[in-house]
Amino acid sequence: MWLTLGRRIGGLLIVMFLVAAMVFFLTRLAPGDPAALMLGDQATAEDIAHLRQVYGLDKPILVQFVLWLKEIATGNLGQSIFLQRPVTQAIAERAEPTFFLALFSVSIAALVGIPAGIVSAVWRGRVVDQIVSGLAMLAANIPSFWLGLIFIQFFAVRLGWFPVAGYGDPGAPFVERIAHLALPATVLGIVNSALIIRFTRASMLDVLSDDYIRTARSKGISEIRVVLRHAFGNALVPIITVVGLTAALLVGGAIVTETVFGLPGIGNLVVSAVLRRDYPVIQGALIVVAGIYVLINLLIDIIYTFVDPRVRY
Amino acid sequence: MEQSPILLFFRRMFRRKLVLVACIVLFVIVLMALLAPWVAPYEPTAIRVIRRLKPPNELNWLGTDEFGRDILSRIIYGARASLGIGFAVVMVSMTVGTLFGLLAGYFRPLDGAVMRVVDALMALPDILLAIFLVAVLGASAFNVVLALSIVYTPRVIRVVRASTLVIRELPFVEAARALGVSARRILSVHILLNVASPVLVQATFIFAYAVLAEAGLSFLGAGVPPELPTWGTMIASGQQYADDAFWVVLFPGLAIVLAALSLQIVGDGLRDMLDPKLRKAL
Repeated sequence: MWLTLGRRIGGLLIVMFLVAAMVFFLTRLAPGDPAALMLGDQATAEDIAHLRQVYGLDKPILVQFVLWLKEIATGNLGQSIFLQRPVTQAIAERAEPTFFLALFSVSIAALVGIPAGIVSAVWRGRVVDQIVSGLAMLAANIPSFWLGLIFIQFFAVRLGWFPVAGYGDPGAPFVERIAHLALPATVLGIVNSALIIRFTRASMLDVLSDDYIRTARSKGISEIRVVLRHAFGNALVPIITVVGLTAALLVGGAIVTETVFGLPGIGNLVVSAVLRRDYPVIQGALIVVAGIYVLINLLIDIIYTFVDPRVRY
Repeated sequence: MEQSPILLFFRRMFRRKLVLVACIVLFVIVLMALLAPWVAPYEPTAIRVIRRLKPPNELNWLGTDEFGRDILSRIIYGARASLGIGFAVVMVSMTVGTLFGLLAGYFRPLDGAVMRVVDALMALPDILLAIFLVAVLGASAFNVVLALSIVYTPRVIRVVRASTLVIRELPFVEAARALGVSARRILSVHILLNVASPVLVQATFIFAYAVLAEAGLSFLGAGVPPELPTWGTMIASGQQYADDAFWVVLFPGLAIVLAALSLQIVGDGLRDMLDPKLRKAL
């Protein structure tokens, strides 16, 4: 097991290295000199030359890359051009709404998706299956920002049940801030439940036709117990994967929803950084998001061994 | 009586009514996009301030936007850009993805390198990678296509590689190799023809994803320039009027849902038909 784990971590480091390389070199393709960008319109040629030297931008690009890698390996993601603070600090300040949004969204998606998928598999081909599968298909093809705008219009503007946008006052009690996540988390929960429904359904159908299910039924075990204990227990691995990956992709993938609802999260940070060409922030955010993604992947692999004794590394 | 394979294809494909309906919807949308100048009741850019933000009425079936432009006409013209970008993304990612997928699946030494790059590209959420690429390349229709192609090519590579790994071990490939057929010909004839159906299925899904992603990018202001009517830019520019004129965002969004949903249903239909194993599971 340790050997496999070691190999997995090695592969993970390679992927992170490639992400870093891609982010670094593609950013250098961007038009405009970072130093000139940092100093603004009034900068003189000497100012720019001086800053290039300070940031090491006058060195060969490979040297710059190695120096940059060294910095990110020690947790230093550089300095934001516009926010006047380190990128790590900017990301940390924005982490809370993104974290809770991802957590609530994936919880809603799983709470809706897993039971719906089970029901759909058990009554395969019946009306309930067709309705659930149809709704899942619909949910997968709704743009989240559009659904967000509709929800804001209906539940916040017309009915006044929820705050329209934002994340409340930074000093406000936690519960009040969390209330701002109700609508966006519902939107993302609905949109992301689609994949979970499909995976749960397929995985359950796969298991339900196995011999031991027939054996369990013939022993006279109640149908509920057969479905929930015997079948669901064995269908769990793919379901855990899809729930975990959904959570991982929500950390940086909720950009559009964060923007619609004016949530000051990491996605929002990236959008404003893109519009202002604040490259250190964009690079830093991408590295952090990719890092979280590969870590969650590793975590999923480790969870497998606990859930399914057949999986042993 | 012998049935022609084409007839059989369509008969199997349309066994499910929903697939037939989705094909018709798609056909109508594509036709509308192609014939936009003749189908659209108004010029998409014709400004008539006097009729701004009118709800749906007999002159403007889907209402007018903040400049008095006809929303139906803009949706029809918007289909050109939205579907055009989606189609271009499909073509590029299929071509590049199939090529690298075949190479990675067939030549083992290449496999590791290609798949690590694929892993790295897939470690970032689609929209985040896309917005980063557009930010670096600059916002234009061409760069949106380029960025979304980079985002979706890894999916094609994975599918093609997985199929290639299976097919390369089959006896007919072994026979071809034993007969001295070149690797190039084995790949471009024997294996390519056999990975065509999963690629085709993947293409319809990527088409749907690309339409959704383009709308998202335009909405964030990182997509095509706002002057060009696409379904995404229509929602983006309309959102500040949503409180009083809800139709401004409602109808372009419905167009996106309709197009993406139809593509997905057609893709599902294709997959069910081409893969009898999946027909049982899903």
